[in-house]
Amino acid sequence: MTVDSYAFLPRAFRPMYEAAPRFDHAPVWADFGKPLADARIGLLSSAGIFLPAEQEPFDVERERREPTWGDPTLRVIPNDVTQSQIDATHLHINTADLLTDMNVALPIDRLNDLADKNVIGSVSPEHFSVMGFQQEGAEVWRTTTGPEIVARCHAVDIDALILAPA
Amino acid sequence: MPVLARVVEAAGIPTITVTMMPELAQKYRSSRVLGVEFPFGHSFGVVGDAEMQTRTLQAALDLLATATKPETRVDLDTVWPGDPKQAYKDWQPSEPSPIVKHNLEAIRKARRDGASHDS
Repeated sequence: MTVDSYAFLPRAFRPMYEAAPRFDHAPVWADFGKPLADARIGLLSSAGIFLPAEQEPFDVERERREPTWGDPTLRVIPNDVTQSQIDATHLHINTADLLTDMNVALPIDRLNDLADKNVIGSVSPEHFSVMGFQQEGAEVWRTTTGPEIVARCHAVDIDALILAPA
Repeated sequence: MPVLARVVEAAGIPTITVTMMPELAQKYRSSRVLGVEFPFGHSFGVVGDAEMQTRTLQAALDLLATATKPETRVDLDTVWPGDPKQAYKDWQPSEPSPIVKHNLEAIRKARRDGASHDS
């Protein structure tokens, strides 16, 4: 089947996305150079997930005051996190389902299941969480948050990253 | 998210983007895209459905392992279970996001200003 990119999008938003031009920048590409069964895989979600015991929530109060701003900072989620340890702040989606089962947005348990079955080599000891609404903040993602994720990926020898925009 | 995908990929780490808006990811010229026709906030499937979540994740891994060139898109052949109208309502926040409120106010103001010019 061909996925309808607008199937779940409010109709009022559709023209804006349809009218968006195709970027003329060249695509970037890194080869995935090893068998899955030897690879270490990590996850990145933009569902606004954080650990309330040790991390600040994403700053939605500022976003309420400045609607074109979204918190562009990073939260690191350890691979041994449990459902009861997570919370989420996101003003653009209903987070109820992921607060019941984080695997709908950040499938840590499923990835560990696949490592147990040797489908992948191993799971990264840490995963990454951002808050997906960005207009002004996208530049901070490019200059700061992105390089921070890269440094952490290198530090834990991640071979590939699965991104899940919320 | 495409911004982060480009930064990570440019640093030599391959990425795969699992998204309900694959057309938009393609406009950003993302390297590998798995399209899913799922409600926002549910890239991998339904709450408590480990089989569905695993199937989505496995499809992402398969694409990672098999894609040989940039801008490769594959769409997942999975239909969201249940009533699509209810799913459309359920994923949305209880009140419009600040940017949506802001834009609606701007549209209303433009209409008011337009009406006053006309009079």
